[in-house]
Amino acid sequence: MDEKYLFNVKKGETLHIVDQDGTYDQDLDPGIPEETLLKMYRMMVLTRTYDEKAIKLQRAGRMGTYPPCSGQEATQAGSVFALKKDDWLVPSYRDICSMITLGISMKDLFLVWMGDDNGNRIPEGINSLPINIVVGSQLLHATGFAWAANIKKENIAVLTYVGDGGTSRGDFHTSLNFAGVFNVPAVYIIENNGFAISTRNKQETHAETLAQKALSYGIRGCRVDGMDVIAVYVAAKEALDRARKKEGPTLIESLCYRFGPHTTSDNPDLYRTKEELEKIMSKTDPVVRFKNYLIKKGIWDDKKESSLQEEAGDLVNKAAKEAEETPPPKFEELFENVFGNMPDYLQDEIDHYRKVSGGE
Amino acid sequence: MPMMNNIQAVNDALMYEMEKDKSVMVLGEDVAQIGGVFRGTSGLLDKFGSERVVDTPLSENGIIGTSVGLALNGMKPVAEIQFSGFIYAGYDQLVSHASRLRQRSMGRFHVPLVVRMPNGGGVRALEHHSESYETIFIHVPGLKVVYPCTPSDVKGLLTSSIRDPDPVVFLEHIKLYRSFREEVPEGEYTVPIGKGRIARKGKDVTIVAWGAMVNVSLEAAKKLEQNDIEAEVIDLRTLKPLDKGIILDSVKRTGRAVIVEESQRISGYASYLSAIIGEQCLLYLKAPVSRVSGYDIKFPLYRLEEKYLPGPESVIHAVNNIMSF
Repeated sequence: MDEKYLFNVKKGETLHIVDQDGTYDQDLDPGIPEETLLKMYRMMVLTRTYDEKAIKLQRAGRMGTYPPCSGQEATQAGSVFALKKDDWLVPSYRDICSMITLGISMKDLFLVWMGDDNGNRIPEGINSLPINIVVGSQLLHATGFAWAANIKKENIAVLTYVGDGGTSRGDFHTSLNFAGVFNVPAVYIIENNGFAISTRNKQETHAETLAQKALSYGIRGCRVDGMDVIAVYVAAKEALDRARKKEGPTLIESLCYRFGPHTTSDNPDLYRTKEELEKIMSKTDPVVRFKNYLIKKGIWDDKKESSLQEEAGDLVNKAAKEAEETPPPKFEELFENVFGNMPDYLQDEIDHYRKVSGGE
Repeated sequence: MPMMNNIQAVNDALMYEMEKDKSVMVLGEDVAQIGGVFRGTSGLLDKFGSERVVDTPLSENGIIGTSVGLALNGMKPVAEIQFSGFIYAGYDQLVSHASRLRQRSMGRFHVPLVVRMPNGGGVRALEHHSESYETIFIHVPGLKVVYPCTPSDVKGLLTSSIRDPDPVVFLEHIKLYRSFREEVPEGEYTVPIGKGRIARKGKDVTIVAWGAMVNVSLEAAKKLEQNDIEAEVIDLRTLKPLDKGIILDSVKRTGRAVIVEESQRISGYASYLSAIIGEQCLLYLKAPVSRVSGYDIKFPLYRLEEKYLPGPESVIHAVNNIMSF
């Protein structure tokens, strides 16, 4: 890593490049090409629009439980933009912006929350595992996946995420311990959004920072302002580049905040005040910050903004409509995907199902 | 053909498959340098190197969880859990992920993983080293469960398990590791998953067993012969998918069934087999189906383990009961 980006994780230093008003540190700014910046912003706006739509659909009874990701777009988009074509993403359930940014269709993502198993069928050519629900358990898959890349001499990196709550689970410890021992090309981003449903950081750990946990595994750790997409990009890119060069795994703590509830079934009023939320949203919204940065760079204006907002609304509405109009998979399809070769007893169960359901 | 015991058969299958397929790897606690606590993986490190024969950190959760990732990225991991009594920390990954990824991804991904585990009691081991909880794997959609008894079957089924595209729980009975030897085919040898075998022919009663209970049942059958009772003994070899046909065909001929399991009676696999026989062979039955099982207590420390484990006498008792029904 460029010396100027080296921060002392022991002291809890945090990489920060862009202020909320868009002012940025000229020395630290990596000078991402304009076209890439605009694509990044587009993904963040699409996701924010998707998120709002998803909550509305759930409230209207048109969609099942949904875990909103607003407040975490910079962490997700910034890191996925640092991936290369052959790299892999191992997402958790809240990594909607990561998945959209990687190219997974919003229609498929809607399908998942609309209870359709086909939504989790990631199309060939997109290097992502499906959404993972059991908190933190995906970290081990990322470690194993990256480990295989070492054995196969593949020059790839694997990017995965975990929430602050997930760092309390054994999977977190085991993943990073294995990652260090086998020097796997993986990058682990802790999306520290402040809450494990209702439980705050100070109830999750007595450690001063989550990033410092990297030290105990003998791997690189750093901390980044997770509301600052440029900072996240810089940290993730550096870590992914190192991983591909077999220089070791990295743990990145990205400080963000969950604007929405844990899921649509959660009531955040029980554990945080509206004042707290409003204060943070008004001061640190990652989408607004990025917009201000683009304006400061002279590549964005109100006209472009309103046309993007309109387009995002249309695209999200179209995706939702397509998902709603998609017929559910045939029940039999579920049996076909239990094993590569269907054993007789499952065929018997299909036959039974057909009989009792009248062949429908 | 060379004579081998079960642990040598494990080793032989691994040697052959690793030689044949570069994506096969072995990982687990102490599997590389010392070749596993039972020496099932002896000699593999020297032959295949430390990238494919790996001593992992001490974490069942880590072994299974990273194996899932390894498998998703093209490897065929054969993970060893030192004793099945330690699997519980890795059970989450087995149930929540290994068994489900093909289903969750609707076929895009699959997990060709074998989890080998010494299982069962009878060798005067410590606590947690003797239980037979095979039902907790059988119950999980997406897992196959293999439990061979003889050295040939160990080799043939381990080979098939490694070649299977989906996760297989491969149970190896601790007591059978070194208890007997037989001729085992050299080189390429497979036994299909999902096929039982008739270990002994008979016409009066069908005894269904797996793992170490096959030998217990054969011993019982030998003694029953002295009383003119001809018992047929079926070795299931694979618990899931089950070879239902071999059981039903036999019971239809004999009209009587005893199922012998080392594990606890309540919700044991014998209950399920008994239900199938009841549902599909009722009119052939001359007596109720009988179950011989372990008890619903933790596996005792070794002074009392023989009291817990079903032996030939328990089987003979059950057979005599239904013969006189």
